[in-house]
Amino acid sequence: MDTVEKKFRGRHLLKISDLTADEIMGLLNTAYKFKDVSEREIKKVPTLRGKTIVSLFYEASTRTRTSFEIAGKRLSADVINISTSSSSVTKGETFKDTVLNIAAMKPDAIVVRHPSPGAPAYAARIAGCSVINGGDGANAHPTQALLDLMTIHEKKGGVEDLKVAIVGDILHSRVARSNINALKMFGAEVTVCAPPTLLPHGVGALGVKVTHNIHEAVADKDVVMMLRIQTERMQQGLFPSLREYSEHFCLSAKVLKSARPDVLIMHPGPINRGVEIASDVADGPYSLILSQVTHGVAMRMAVLYLLCGGAES
Amino acid sequence: MTAAKTVLSAQEIGRTLARMAHEITEKNPDCSQIILVGIITRGVPLARRLADKIKTITGVDVPHGSLDITFYRDDIQSKGPDLNAGRTDINHDINGKTLILVDDVLFTGRSIRAAIDAVMDIGRPGRIQLAVLLDRGHRELPIRPDYIGKNIPTARGERVRVKLSETDGEDHASVVEGG
Repeated sequence: MDTVEKKFRGRHLLKISDLTADEIMGLLNTAYKFKDVSEREIKKVPTLRGKTIVSLFYEASTRTRTSFEIAGKRLSADVINISTSSSSVTKGETFKDTVLNIAAMKPDAIVVRHPSPGAPAYAARIAGCSVINGGDGANAHPTQALLDLMTIHEKKGGVEDLKVAIVGDILHSRVARSNINALKMFGAEVTVCAPPTLLPHGVGALGVKVTHNIHEAVADKDVVMMLRIQTERMQQGLFPSLREYSEHFCLSAKVLKSARPDVLIMHPGPINRGVEIASDVADGPYSLILSQVTHGVAMRMAVLYLLCGGAES
Repeated sequence: MTAAKTVLSAQEIGRTLARMAHEITEKNPDCSQIILVGIITRGVPLARRLADKIKTITGVDVPHGSLDITFYRDDIQSKGPDLNAGRTDINHDINGKTLILVDDVLFTGRSIRAAIDAVMDIGRPGRIQLAVLLDRGHRELPIRPDYIGKNIPTARGERVRVKLSETDGEDHASVVEGG
């Protein structure tokens, strides 16, 4: 394992394939230990004392930004949040200049969320410190996939051969892409389900099964991940109305009946109650939605530890 | 490959731990206030064995647990992150208790410094004592054990290897030259 971690120093986390399966297993092991830390009275370890982490978010966020901030602080790093709405971005400063100026203040890591795919990768080329992708357009959201993996792993003891359905707006979902990559890496069988207009062309090439019927998607699944309809990324009508979408693709208690009795219901948040998921299901006994949020802090602690814990080689 | 010199045989490890258990009971007349905490990896089985021996001597069930110090080390910067951290598992309230840290080898004292910090983030023990199977010298911090299995003079570059049946299949301690 020693060489694996050394290799990662000075590296970035832009997408799941930046990590090997061994590294992801190591991150899981570490995240479980950090979850224990979060359950203590003193929720802090001195591991990243003297390190600085900046989060630079060009899109709204509750969970990702807060959990990166809490994660950094529980590791004793100093964390600074920049939201573009209150920064010089509103005065016309470009993404490049913003990144270069933050980098000039010598942070150890920058967490970037941006509506354009590839923006964090670009930041990684110019920043001279570790860059973590906090979500870029419809491209990737690696830390979400890692925390989802942890949530499944904790409940099921592993991921191999599990049947996982991802239901909803696959077309606009970076969470779906990163999760498909991570789940396939560990041998899960993934089915995606959406109306044809909300599936990317050639989605089958990702090695997933495709269906347009939620009953078929949910049947006999170990895990069902629901996704939000991302109206903010939609330029034209991809479906007649939210109400009609919900008629056919909402995860209701009735739809859930065809799933396995030990099914896990997940959702990356924010949820739209009554649109893609019924309230009683979101709050029900199979739901792990808040567990995912708890694991978000632990997994982001593990990621920050891996990226910032050690000098650049 | 250089030769290994045995410093404790399996039988000697058993006798040494029995003596240390007696010393612990002499120094702590009220054994109900003790918690034995082994530092991961090899401190953990040693703490369990000491607890067993104290039970034999006094009849008191002394709680024991494990402590991982990965996130408290002072060499993270130079050695880089370690993704193999073990699980700290102390299922007892340590506040006000006599917490005895247990480790296999005491060398620079830096692991013990990390362990003390890790313990303080879990609670506030009344006192902390230190038990080590082997003290090989070369301290870099002002740390002194309360219970020592055996003092062994070593050169700085030598390596001390402790094997325990729980972790390595056999009980044996040796010094390897020039490690």
